[in-house]
Amino acid sequence: MATARPIRDPRSRIEPWQDPEAAPFVRIQGVTKTFGDLYAVDNVSLDIFKGEFFALLGPSGCGKSTLLRMLAGFEKPTAGRILIDGVDMTDFPPWRRPVNMMFQSYALFPHLTVRRNIAFGLEQERLPRAEIAERVAEVVRLVRLEGLEDRKPEQLSGGQKQRVALARALVKRPKVLLLDEPLGALDKKLRDQTQLELVNIQDRLGLTFVIVTHDQEEAMTVGSRMAIMREGQIAQIGTPSEIYEYPASRFVAEFVGEVNLIEARLLRVEGTFMHLRAPALGCAIVTDRPVPALPGEPLWVAVRPEKMTIAKAPPRETGHNCVEGEVFDIEYLGDVSVYHVRLESGAMLRATEANRLRLIERPITWEDRVWLSWGPDASVVLKS
Amino acid sequence: MRNGPGRVRPPLGRVLLVAVPFAWLAAFFLFPFLIVLKLSLSETALAQPPFLPIVEWVEEAGDLYLAIRLRVQNYLTLLSDGLYLAAFTSSLRIAATATLLALLVAFPVALGMARCRAEIRPFLLLAVMLPFWTSFLIRVYAWMGILKDDGLFNALLLGLGLIAEPLVLLDTETAVLIGIVYSYLPFMILPIFANLEKHDPSLLEAAVDLGCRPWKAFWRITVPLARPGIWAGCFLVFIPAVGEFVVPDLLGGADTLMIGRTLWLEFFTNRDWPLASAVAILMLLVLVVPIVLFQRQQALERLR
Repeated sequence: MATARPIRDPRSRIEPWQDPEAAPFVRIQGVTKTFGDLYAVDNVSLDIFKGEFFALLGPSGCGKSTLLRMLAGFEKPTAGRILIDGVDMTDFPPWRRPVNMMFQSYALFPHLTVRRNIAFGLEQERLPRAEIAERVAEVVRLVRLEGLEDRKPEQLSGGQKQRVALARALVKRPKVLLLDEPLGALDKKLRDQTQLELVNIQDRLGLTFVIVTHDQEEAMTVGSRMAIMREGQIAQIGTPSEIYEYPASRFVAEFVGEVNLIEARLLRVEGTFMHLRAPALGCAIVTDRPVPALPGEPLWVAVRPEKMTIAKAPPRETGHNCVEGEVFDIEYLGDVSVYHVRLESGAMLRATEANRLRLIERPITWEDRVWLSWGPDASVVLKS
Repeated sequence: MRNGPGRVRPPLGRVLLVAVPFAWLAAFFLFPFLIVLKLSLSETALAQPPFLPIVEWVEEAGDLYLAIRLRVQNYLTLLSDGLYLAAFTSSLRIAATATLLALLVAFPVALGMARCRAEIRPFLLLAVMLPFWTSFLIRVYAWMGILKDDGLFNALLLGLGLIAEPLVLLDTETAVLIGIVYSYLPFMILPIFANLEKHDPSLLEAAVDLGCRPWKAFWRITVPLARPGIWAGCFLVFIPAVGEFVVPDLLGGADTLMIGRTLWLEFFTNRDWPLASAVAILMLLVLVVPIVLFQRQQALERLR
């Protein structure tokens, strides 16, 4: 799991959403978009701050792209307002908005050279030729496209096209840069590298980026904050670590990363600890993050697989947060292995372990009796 | 294909595949063309067929000669007689005008078809091609009924009170233009539609996003990208329109000079097959030269 956002200088690290004084830069207020009977976006309110790299994440059809297209002005909200830098943009056509979009297909003009593609937006502003040339050269250096200025898009590789698309949007110096699945067409290695480059460029220019993606790793890598969307609504907003560690619902927990979801009922609350009964485990669960709940109310305990310890011997302390089972399957992923453990109740749990030893030297194998255990700080209780 | 010593002989299957259209063209284009070329260099005669052979065995003083007589006079006549030149230039002018008009009508139609909902596109395509199900001749005759002095069009205008006297449309160049534009419109619409349909709609969004107004985006993105379709449509209309015979004959009256009609008159009325053949050869040259130039230009553009 690539949860590591590139480390930035902590002094320049901004968390304006923590600052009650900070004014949001992009305000999406109660925005709804319907297509016929379908609510593509359903009463979404969202504040994005200046300098943020904000990620909209969700499964396909969740409305994230529609929301982005409304920011760009391609779609008009059925209801609600969109403000950018204090100006109500709801009724502005795309060509009058201080935002630019980087398209999923890149949408490079095939009949124009790289240079003319990048200059296109500036030509619309009727800037002097010298200034256009200067700004194009500057952005060409920024995205490292030197020497390719006179090529046509069809003569470029996927990665180069992607950089032209970025340069073409950046050269306009937009207040907000919108990125619609910008790296979807790149292979994994190049995508990882480009993600870091994007963050670097965003950081250096201090621009506000809004990215739409269905790739949770991508959202976590680049995003300062992210909004998880589902069926036109926002399921959760937070920093990548907040969302990963403290998902607000089963949907978020399952959508972002892998998770064991265990159905449970409240036993009792002791101080800051909450005790739960989980019939499928045959043991109690203790967690340090209690939620207000009634006895008998259906609850779910979420435990990330990498927070589970797998061992052939029972842990010192048994009775809670600890179950015995049999290794049903092992998913070998190279760096880690995922152990699928079947409990006596038939329930399956997953535990991930880094492969520090080579495959044949590892002690646990198929059909072994194993113990899974986790700490009280490893789980989150979910009500929905 | 590779050149030089390492050149690979293409497999038989591919050779056959390419050979079929070549054989077709040789049998039905090249061979008739050579016959016409030969005819154009022969001499008229009151005979059946009405021309003299150009290759003949001649016996002279006991010796046998193979005499080849190529008569260039047909071409000289064409070039010196103002009537033929006028027919050529007027054909080119009418064809060019009709092509331009057809383009003006066809582009919005093709654009509308390309931009409409995908479900109704097959019906629109069918509607464009529907006229082909009726004979071309009948459709042009129908235009006679529409355009004549007491025809439908005049009746409509008179009925609406827009005109007091019927307009004289039939037997004019206007009628020829209407006829050609009508007849060849599908040939203009289809290639442009085929091109526009392939356009990525996000290109226009990108243009608008970069600050371009929609109308300007149309001119800067859609039109340049549609250029191959536009050229294809224009050639598909222009080339047959230059040699068009039926439309000027039925709608153009006696005064409309077009080379196709001239050819017909020479061939059937005057029974001057050699001159008619010369007209045909010259017409072909007139059309081939710009096409070759155009293709050279296209190839260069692709290389750039």
